Amino acid sequence: MLWDWNYTWEILPDLLSAAVITIEVTLLGFVIAAVLGLVLAILRMLGPVLAAPVSVFVEVVRSTPLLIQIFFVYFVLPKFGVTIDAFTAGVLALGIHYATYCSEVYRAGIEGIARGQWEASIALNLGLATTFKDIILPQAIPPVVPALGNYLVALFKETPLLSAIAVLELMQTAKIMGSETFRYTEPITLVGLLFLIMSLVSAALIRVVERLLNRRYAR
Amino acid sequence: MGLRSIVLLLIATVALLAILSLQSQFQIFLPGLIEGAWMTVRIAALGCVFAVVCGVTAALLRLYGPLPLRWLARGYIEVFRGTSALVQLFWLFFVLPYFGVSLEPFTVAVLTLGLNVGAYGAEVVRGAIQSVPRGQWEAGTALNMTRGQMLKRVILPQAVVTMIPPWGNLFIELLKATALVSLITITDLAFKAQEMNQTTLKTVDIFTLVLLIYLAMSLTLTIGMRSLEKTAGRGLARGRVH
Repeated sequence: MLWDWNYTWEILPDLLSAAVITIEVTLLGFVIAAVLGLVLAILRMLGPVLAAPVSVFVEVVRSTPLLIQIFFVYFVLPKFGVTIDAFTAGVLALGIHYATYCSEVYRAGIEGIARGQWEASIALNLGLATTFKDIILPQAIPPVVPALGNYLVALFKETPLLSAIAVLELMQTAKIMGSETFRYTEPITLVGLLFLIMSLVSAALIRVVERLLNRRYAR
Repeated sequence: MGLRSIVLLLIATVALLAILSLQSQFQIFLPGLIEGAWMTVRIAALGCVFAVVCGVTAALLRLYGPLPLRWLARGYIEVFRGTSALVQLFWLFFVLPYFGVSLEPFTVAVLTLGLNVGAYGAEVVRGAIQSVPRGQWEAGTALNMTRGQMLKRVILPQAVVTMIPPWGNLFIELLKATALVSLITITDLAFKAQEMNQTTLKTVDIFTLVLLIYLAMSLTLTIGMRSLEKTAGRGLARGRVH
C-alpha cells in the first residue's frame, strides 16, 4: 500500500503539536534576528573601528552553513562552560544566522533616508541616540518590513535543521515516527504539506502587510 | 563587502588555516576533513550545474511554454520554494524508494540541491528576462526574427548579465546547503566533522577547522562570481545605447 489513510489520521495530531514547536522556534529565532540585526546595522554605522569587526562577523556567518553553526553553538559553547539545551541552542543559532541577513536589510533601509534628515537633526541639536530613535528608524523600518518578512519565511523553512540536534520539531517528530513504523511516506509527505501550507499563508500575510504599508507610507 | 575586503578576508582565512594545520593537535583531523571537503565541492559543483539547467528550463516554460507545461513549471517553483530543503532531501531519500525508485545518496543530494536552488533560480531568470526593455523585442520583430531567434540572440545574452549576481548568491546558498546532505549518510565535510567529533570529542578544534574551510570555499566562490560579473558587465556597457 502506497498511502495508508488510517496511519495518516493517527499521526496527524502529533505532527500538528510538533508544528507548534516549529512555530515557537521560528518566532523566538526571528525576534533574536530582528533585534540583533538592528544592533549590528547600527554598530556598522558608528565608525570604522566598530564597523570592521562587525562586517567580518556578518560575512563569516553568512558564508558558512547554518547546520555547522547549530553544531557549533550546541557542541562548542559547553566546552567554554556555557551549557544550553538543544532548543535554546537551535533558537540562538537560527537567530544569529538570520540577524546577519536582517542587518543588511536594515542597513539598506537606513541608507535610504535622505541626508537632509540627518542634517536637520544636527541643526536641531539632537543627540545621536535621539536621532536614531525618533527620526531615522521610524522612517527606515516600515519600508523594509516586507524584506524582513521574507527572511521570516526563510528562517521558518530552516527550522527542520534543528532535528539534527534532536529538537522535537516537525522533522524530528516525523523521523521518529518513520523509524518506529518503517513508514516514512506519510510522516514526511505530511511535513512537506504542512510546510507548504504555512509558507503560502505567511507569504500571503506578508503581501497584505506590504500593501497596507505601501498605502500608509506612499510618498 | 567590497571585493578588496573579501580578498583580504580570504587571505586571512587561508593563513589561519595554514597556521592551525602546522600544529599536531589539528593535523590529525586534516586528511579526513580534506576528503570530506572534496565531496562537498563535487556535490556543490554538480548541484550548481543542475540548478542552472532546472532554473532556465522552468523559467522558459513558465514564460513561453504551452499551458499545461506552464502550470507544471509554476507548480514546481511554488512547491520547491515553499518547503524546506531538508524535507525535500528526506522525501527523495526515504519516500521515493516506496514508489520503487531507489537512488544513490549522492544522486539524491545533487538532485535535491539542484531542484531546490533551481526553483529560486527560475524566478531570477524570469526577472532578468522581463527586465530586458520591450524595445528589444520590438526591434527583433522589426528585423523579422522568429520568437526563438529573438530570445536566443537578443534577449538572453542581455538577461544573462543581469542574472549573474543573483545566481552568485544562489550558488553560495547551495554550497552552504550541501551541509544538509551529511544527514542522508553522505561523507561530506559536515559528516566527517560529526564523525570525528563523536570519536575524539575535540569539538572546538574540529568545528573551528570546518567553519574556516567552509568560509574559504564560500569566499573563493564569491570572488569568482564577482570577477565574472565584472567581465560580463563590460560587454553590456559597450553594447547599450542609453
